[in-house]
Amino acid sequence: MKINENKLKKEFKQLTENDKPKPQLLTHCVRAFIIGGVICDIGQMFNNLYSKLGVPNDLLGAYVSITMVFVGAFLTGIGIYDKIAEYAGAGTVVPITGFANSIVSPAMEFKKEGFVFGVAAKMFIIAGPVLVYGVTSSVIVGIVYYFIS
Amino acid sequence: MIKRVGKQTICTENKPKIISTMSVVGPKEGKGPLKDYFDMILQDDTDGQKSYEKAESSMANRAINGCIKKGNLKEEDINYLISGDLLNQLTASNFAVRSLNIPYIGVYGACSTMALSLGLAAMIIAGDFANYVLAATSSHFSTAERQFRTPLEMGSQRLPTSQWTVTGAGAMLLGRNGNFPYISYITTGKVKDYGESDPNNMGAAMAPAAVDTIKQHLQDTGRKPSDYDIIATGDLGKHGKEITEKLLLEYNYDIKNRYIDCGVEIYDLEKQNVNCGGSGCGCSAVVASGYIYKNMLKGKFKRVLLVSTGALMSTTSYQQGETIPGIAHAVSIEFGGSSR
Repeated sequence: MKINENKLKKEFKQLTENDKPKPQLLTHCVRAFIIGGVICDIGQMFNNLYSKLGVPNDLLGAYVSITMVFVGAFLTGIGIYDKIAEYAGAGTVVPITGFANSIVSPAMEFKKEGFVFGVAAKMFIIAGPVLVYGVTSSVIVGIVYYFIS
Repeated sequence: MIKRVGKQTICTENKPKIISTMSVVGPKEGKGPLKDYFDMILQDDTDGQKSYEKAESSMANRAINGCIKKGNLKEEDINYLISGDLLNQLTASNFAVRSLNIPYIGVYGACSTMALSLGLAAMIIAGDFANYVLAATSSHFSTAERQFRTPLEMGSQRLPTSQWTVTGAGAMLLGRNGNFPYISYITTGKVKDYGESDPNNMGAAMAPAAVDTIKQHLQDTGRKPSDYDIIATGDLGKHGKEITEKLLLEYNYDIKNRYIDCGVEIYDLEKQNVNCGGSGCGCSAVVASGYIYKNMLKGKFKRVLLVSTGALMSTTSYQQGETIPGIAHAVSIEFGGSSR
C-alpha cells in the first residue's frame, strides 16, 4: 500500500507536539519555590547564627557560602541531594548547593577511572560552563564599571 | 532457492529453534510486574563488582553461561556468540565474553540489539552455517547514565517523556532440532529519522522505525496483525507506543488489541517512578527471554512478533544539533499454532 511518507512525517510531528506528556508547570514552580526558599532560609539562619557569634559583617557572606557549599556536597555524598532535586527541580539547581552538587557528583562518579583522569579531570564537566561564563561576565561587568565610574 | 519474501524479510525454511533462554535482572526490575518470569534477580546492581561496567559484563556473562547450561550444552558446542550492548566499543559484551571460548560477533543496534542479534543468529542457522548460535544483549541503568546522561548523584529532574534504562541481560540459544518455539521470519529494519531531536524523548524518536518495520513485515509476509497473539516493541515507552499505534493506522494496520511494549510492561509505571517506562537493549532481551518465551512454552502465546527498537544517536551527535535516527528489527517467533 503506497503511503506518502511525507504525510506520515506530518502526522508524526503533530502527534509528538500534541500528545507528548507535558510537565505540570504550576506544580513544579510551586515545589521549586518552596524548596529553593527553604534552602535560602537555611542560609539566612546560618547568617544570623554567625552574626551572633561575632563574625564581622563583610565576612558573613563568605562564611554562609562555605557552609552551604558544604551542605550541598555532604547531601550529595550521602546520596540524598538527587532525591530532593527530583522533587524540587530548579529549587535545588539554582542555589549554591546545586553548584556544589554539580561538582561533587561527577567527582564521585568518575573515581572509578582514578584520581587523576577520573576525579580531577572530570570534576568540572557540569560546572565548567558556570565557571567560564560566570567569570567572563564578571570581568566584562568589571571593565564596564571601571569606565563608567 | 533464495529464502526471502517481499522487500526486507527472510523466510527461514529450517525454522531455527530457541532451545533455551536466560534472563538476569537488577533489583528494580525484580520488583516489577514481570518479576516471576526472570531467571535471576540480583539483590545488588553492582553484582559484587568494582564498577558498573564490570557489573554489566558480569550479568551478561551469567546470562550467556546460564543459557548454555539450560540448553544442556557446553561452550565447545556453540558455533557463534552474537552479542551487544549500549556502551562505547561494546565494552560490556567484549569483557563478558572474554572468558568464553566461542567465536564472537559484536553488534551494535542500540536498544534494538536483541532482535538484531537474534535475527542474525537465526540467519546463520537458516543458512546452514551452524548448529548452535547464541544471541545475547545487556544494558545497565548506571552505565547508560554515565555514558549518555549525567552523573548518578547529579540533582536533575527527569522529564515526563524520559525512560529508565533497564539493568538486565538476556540470552537466547538457537539450535536446529527439537520441539521449541522457532523463528519463522526475520525482517531487518531501515534507519528512519522523522526529525525528533530531544534525547529525553527517545520513544518518539524510535516510533517511525517501529512503524516502518512492522508495516514492511506484514506486507512482506502477507500477514495481518490478527495473525499474531502479540506484537511486542522493545522500548518505545508509553508515549512512543501511542504514536506507533496511531501511525500504523495510516497503513490500515490496527494493532491495538495485541500490542505491548516491553518498556511499558517491565515496570509498574505508577509506582516505580520511571515516567514513560523502561528502555535499553536489556529491556526487550529480558522481557523476550522471560515473559514472552515462557508464555510461549506454556501455550499462552502461539505467534509473537518481537520488534526491538533502537535510537541511533551518540553522545556527541545531539550536541552538534543532529536529530535522532531510529531503527527497529522484527523477528517472528512461533510455537504450537498453525504453521504459515
